[in-house]
Amino acid sequence: MPVRVAALPETSAALCFLFVLLIPSATAGLALINAGLGRFRNAAHAMLSALCVIAVAAVVYFVAGAAWQGSAGQPAFALHVAGQDWNWIGAGRFFMRGLDLEGWSALPAVLGLMSAGLAAIIPLGSGADRWRLGAICASTALLTGWTFPLFAHWAWGGGWLAQLGFVDSGGAGVIQVVGGLTALSITWILGPRRGKFSSEGVPSALPGHNAVLVLLGCFLAWLGWLGLNAAGAILFTGVPASRVVLIAVNTTLGAGSAALSVAAITRARFGKADASLCANGWVAGLVAVSAGCAIVRPAAAVMIGLIAGALIVYSVEWLELHLGVDDPGGSVSVHAVAGLWGLLAAGLLAVTAGSWLAQLVGVATLLGFILPLTYGLNWLLNRLSPQRIAVEGERQGLDLYELGAGAYPDFQTHNEDFWQR
Amino acid sequence: MKLTGFLLLLGGWIIVLAAIALLPSGPSQISFVLLAIGVEALGLTLVFRAHLIPSRERR
Repeated sequence: MPVRVAALPETSAALCFLFVLLIPSATAGLALINAGLGRFRNAAHAMLSALCVIAVAAVVYFVAGAAWQGSAGQPAFALHVAGQDWNWIGAGRFFMRGLDLEGWSALPAVLGLMSAGLAAIIPLGSGADRWRLGAICASTALLTGWTFPLFAHWAWGGGWLAQLGFVDSGGAGVIQVVGGLTALSITWILGPRRGKFSSEGVPSALPGHNAVLVLLGCFLAWLGWLGLNAAGAILFTGVPASRVVLIAVNTTLGAGSAALSVAAITRARFGKADASLCANGWVAGLVAVSAGCAIVRPAAAVMIGLIAGALIVYSVEWLELHLGVDDPGGSVSVHAVAGLWGLLAAGLLAVTAGSWLAQLVGVATLLGFILPLTYGLNWLLNRLSPQRIAVEGERQGLDLYELGAGAYPDFQTHNEDFWQR
Repeated sequence: MKLTGFLLLLGGWIIVLAAIALLPSGPSQISFVLLAIGVEALGLTLVFRAHLIPSRERR
């Protein structure tokens, strides 16, 4: 259950704040992964989009998100159904008024501020190479102003899911699945990149332009996740600060075993380990282990990672080959699929008797409510102003079309990918 | 088909809410939650199929 920050010892609160400061490293890691997995002519656009997303997320979360999210012990609206109070949304004041920013009581809001940016950066991977910067900012405002804080309140802010016993220490559901389902909505709304599928519907490979950026992003993500899982577990699962040792071990084991799982599967299937899939596996392991990082044993963390790695190899393939989803960054598989697995695993593999029914209700809420909500909001936005870049912009590259300059001006450019006319 | 899929997703979620609010803890509650997830799976399948057709036409 989420704890009242006032009940935390001073040292735990200070430690928690230091962990929160590591979270931007995860955001930077995901930004590098998204940029590296996109095409070279969109690289500057990808990084600037990430920066804009963080900026918009911070402002919108400050204006409204923190008020909707709230935290345990703070005022909230509740519905009285069947003799029970169902706490469904925070009743805080907009612009973070009423939060004591000179004390530790605002820690959940600060973690929410950092997490909102992390959630909002996830759809950038799926919309890469064809999503307008203005539309990215508008979509981010919807995600961080409404969708993210609503589910964050339910799971982290003492809402009805937390009352049921739903556990999501590091935000596998709150951050990753919410971001991943938004990524899925964006791929549906934008459609595939031109040239991705042949007229017969066969997908062609459009490999990322820089594997080094992608792998460097994995290292940064690891650091950020260590902070995110530790801070989230202390604040939202109520574990003592001494549990951070177990959390660090589990987080690292989850990521490592998932990456190894992907390397072994791709080696067995294709003869060579696939670098971009291994990187995605690493992040999928971090995502999956976040939910139960504080309540599972290290052996269970290895199992969560191994299964998460296997899941994303087949999920990436299935989405592209059979479902026509063009997701250049693999965001749907890495964040939504692995996150859902992590939530279920936290219920099944917890040391103490896990509330697997609460986890199941959380998964059903994400699929049954958050997906229609985030799709509906982005669909409306697309009706008001198309989110996809013009054909000319896609051909020229988003760097030149939207920013007027490329990321690598000294590179000799050539036709690096297949273009269907 | 897309709208039906999303309505099924929402319908499944409402069944989950009804099950946890109205039914006592036990096998009947678990059965309803599992049934509701089945409804959601059906809705998700429809939504995926609905998006498969236009994306093929666009190519």
